[in-house]
Amino acid sequence: MTDTLTIERLSVRYDTDKGPLEALRDVSMNVPAGQIVGVVGESGCGKSTLISALLHLLPENGRVSHGAIRLEGDNIVGAPPRRLRDLRGRDMSVVFQDPMTSLNPVLSIGRQMRDIQYRDGGSRTEKDRRSAEMLGRVGLPDPDGKLSFYPHELSGGMRQRVAIAMAAMMQPKLLIADEPTTALDATLEVQIIELLQELQRELGCTILFISHHLGVIAELCERVVVMYAGETVEEGPVADVFLNPAHPYTRKLIECDPGRLKQRAETLPAIAGSLPDLTDRPKGCIFRDRCDFATDACADRPDRYFVDDTHWAACHHTDEVRK
Amino acid sequence: MKPFRRTLAGRLLADPQAAIAMLIIAALVLAAVFADLVAPYDYSAMNLADRFARPSADYWLGTDNLGRDTFSRLLQGGRIALYVALTAVSVSALIGLALGMIAGYGPRWLDNVLLFSFDTLRAYPTIILALALAALLPRGLSTVIIVVVITSFSEYGRVVRTQTLSLKHAEFILAERAMGAGFGRIVFHHLLPNVLGPFFILAAMNLPVVITIEAGMSFLGIGVPPGTPSWGATLKDGFDHIRTTPWIIIAGGLPLILVTLGFTFLGEALRDQLDPKLRRGR
Amino acid sequence: MLHYTLQRAALAVAIVFVAISALYMVMITLPGDPTSVLLGPRATPEIRAEFRAQMGLDDPVLMQLAQFWGRVLSGDLGTDYYRDRPVADAVMGALPHTVALVVGAIVWSATLGILLGAFSADNRNTWLDRVSGVLSVGFIAAPSFVVALYALLFFAVTLGWFPTIGAGEPGDLGSRLYHLALPSFAIGLAWVGYVARIVRASMLEALGENYIRTARAFGLPRRKVIYSYALRVAILPAVQVLGVGIGGMLSSAVFAEIVFSRPGIGSLIYDSVSGRNYPLVMGAMLVAIGFFVTCALVADLINAALDPRHRKLS
Repeated sequence: MTDTLTIERLSVRYDTDKGPLEALRDVSMNVPAGQIVGVVGESGCGKSTLISALLHLLPENGRVSHGAIRLEGDNIVGAPPRRLRDLRGRDMSVVFQDPMTSLNPVLSIGRQMRDIQYRDGGSRTEKDRRSAEMLGRVGLPDPDGKLSFYPHELSGGMRQRVAIAMAAMMQPKLLIADEPTTALDATLEVQIIELLQELQRELGCTILFISHHLGVIAELCERVVVMYAGETVEEGPVADVFLNPAHPYTRKLIECDPGRLKQRAETLPAIAGSLPDLTDRPKGCIFRDRCDFATDACADRPDRYFVDDTHWAACHHTDEVRK
Repeated sequence: MKPFRRTLAGRLLADPQAAIAMLIIAALVLAAVFADLVAPYDYSAMNLADRFARPSADYWLGTDNLGRDTFSRLLQGGRIALYVALTAVSVSALIGLALGMIAGYGPRWLDNVLLFSFDTLRAYPTIILALALAALLPRGLSTVIIVVVITSFSEYGRVVRTQTLSLKHAEFILAERAMGAGFGRIVFHHLLPNVLGPFFILAAMNLPVVITIEAGMSFLGIGVPPGTPSWGATLKDGFDHIRTTPWIIIAGGLPLILVTLGFTFLGEALRDQLDPKLRRGR
Repeated sequence: MLHYTLQRAALAVAIVFVAISALYMVMITLPGDPTSVLLGPRATPEIRAEFRAQMGLDDPVLMQLAQFWGRVLSGDLGTDYYRDRPVADAVMGALPHTVALVVGAIVWSATLGILLGAFSADNRNTWLDRVSGVLSVGFIAAPSFVVALYALLFFAVTLGWFPTIGAGEPGDLGSRLYHLALPSFAIGLAWVGYVARIVRASMLEALGENYIRTARAFGLPRRKVIYSYALRVAILPAVQVLGVGIGGMLSSAVFAEIVFSRPGIGSLIYDSVSGRNYPLVMGAMLVAIGFFVTCALVADLINAALDPRHRKLS
């Protein structure tokens, strides 16, 4: 099976007032074609930077300092602007987190959906027909009539459906979903997830699903990548990673997931300690200070240890963790 | 003691725009204070032999149709501009401050009444109202000041009202009230200090507007009494003899532009220093 | 939207009513007897009394006010005693000239200001942005009547490129526009600066919004993202400010009309003030304030029409 997306040792650096900040360091992952891959991590772990880097939409003070992003084998880091723009919306598209702010408030839905089809020829009616068809597909009632609606006239869940329709309409090789359900309530969350699954089956596109919600990832994804402080610490099949984590951070994350608490606890469990200072990353393992398994060996940064062919973790003590 | 560089004045001087602004304003103030000493001639002395004189070593900026020295008249004009601006701005700012705090802190109906009157006052185009009132009031600087106060205090009122409203329900004020602080204490210890920042910025920005209104009214002949060397009146003299004394128009407009520029730069620099939230926009 | 429109319109009417009533009451209560001006110092007390009664100057203030509004609503703004013509005719004859002046100023200054602001935001923190910033402040700092005088001196008197007086030949559009050029330049210049600064600031804000990131993530051309997606949102505050700015432009129009000897509301009021021609002053004020408040209202409604969010709020 080929990979739609391969990220190899990607590092992203921001120039800040306090000096350079390495937001991503040596991030690696494989996203096989036709699968849904989850990326999980706490806020501040570099998920948003990862998306910006994939789309080459980093802020002015940020840049990819090292590594490669391969889309179907083709490295797109440092590609000419022209090619990058062609990538966006056609090869890769994205559904952003907050449906209330990610659509232009002063343009109608129809206009925005028409605009993103600017590469395709065809008349206005033809484009509108395609838009309406897509809106119908994501489950909007009266899709033709909705074209003249403005975003504020739709509910949050409907807007997110519109955003998904826009992202899926271009039949991208890779659809990136950036916490698409975080801003919605639980019922809508289930609906949106089912919609994504359905689309994935019908269109056969590859989805990179970013979330801090372990339950959603477990339900939706086949593979999962765990990120911590701008580094990928573990990657593997969802069931494997969640039932038998190989990295101490993943293990803590699962222990602390409120969704799997069985009995009432006085306080929500939390991982002791705080994120390291990214302007001055520790030399050794990034999780060392908060880790129960830390030894002197952790002064050296661990490379990827494969526990089997498809599952690895960046830890010197994977065997102990999996016991 | 904070080092000078860290004080407000120090930080302002470090900003080149603000430094230029303060230089211009200092020049205006000095010219106004020492006008009589600096001026080469008596501003009202007519020298009929030297009528319509071009700028020269004797008359730096030429003379007008009555042979009066333009440079001396402009120096004297700075004094008038400064006097009107400071008086009118203080009066309207104080009225606006009081009404704005009443509107923001007082009962809802009073707020609505005041807000409606602010809106109504804003409906008068300044110079047109000035013309209408000039038909009723005697000609003179007090009329200029009255017009400026009528048309501009509502602006201070609005700003102060908004600021007061936002503070009224702030937690530290609610806490004070819960602990039994009196009305006076809340107004003078909490509201006033927090309202003053935007208030002073607005006042600084308004000084050049007032100077322009005075000059404009004097240009129209409804400002200073005849013969008074306001910048506007000087420009009017130049306009009446535009073909014979163009230098008066050129020279008469410059101080107005410079002073406006100076106060605008200063107002912006003040805003940047006093209200860091607004810095982002620039 | 209808509810919002009605609400704003009612407020606008109330403002015009109160503003004009206040001015009218001040006019009739302040000392300065119009009879002495109109009849001359040699008129006998009997003649004056008769004239006062005839004009209703002895009635209670509120009754005079009611009568004034009664006349105004029936289209009668009073009589211009000096030239013995209805005030309404004089004012309505002057109004189109002032409207043309203000509209001309808005059109050119808003166009240039929006372009300059968008361009600055697009090239933010480059030397081009800085030059445009300094220019904007310079434009704002120059008082409109000084600009009018300088323009008259340089482009009309010295260079002779433009006419110095008048509003052009009636019926000849070319001549009208030719005469309009310098005065509307003088009125609009400061607004280029204001608009450019507002548009730049709101543009920078808009460019940071999520929907701009969405547009870019879909690979829309950069020019389209900036000049269509972001600018559409960024001009909204400028429209609002221009609407309120009509008041300032009417003030500037007084100067432009006097400096370039053009007919218009400003020069009409100016001429009637020196003669204490109260009916004409009141009529012109009524029209000027009405025009201003209407423009502010229209700007508000345009804003609501351009910004669908706005409509929902009301």
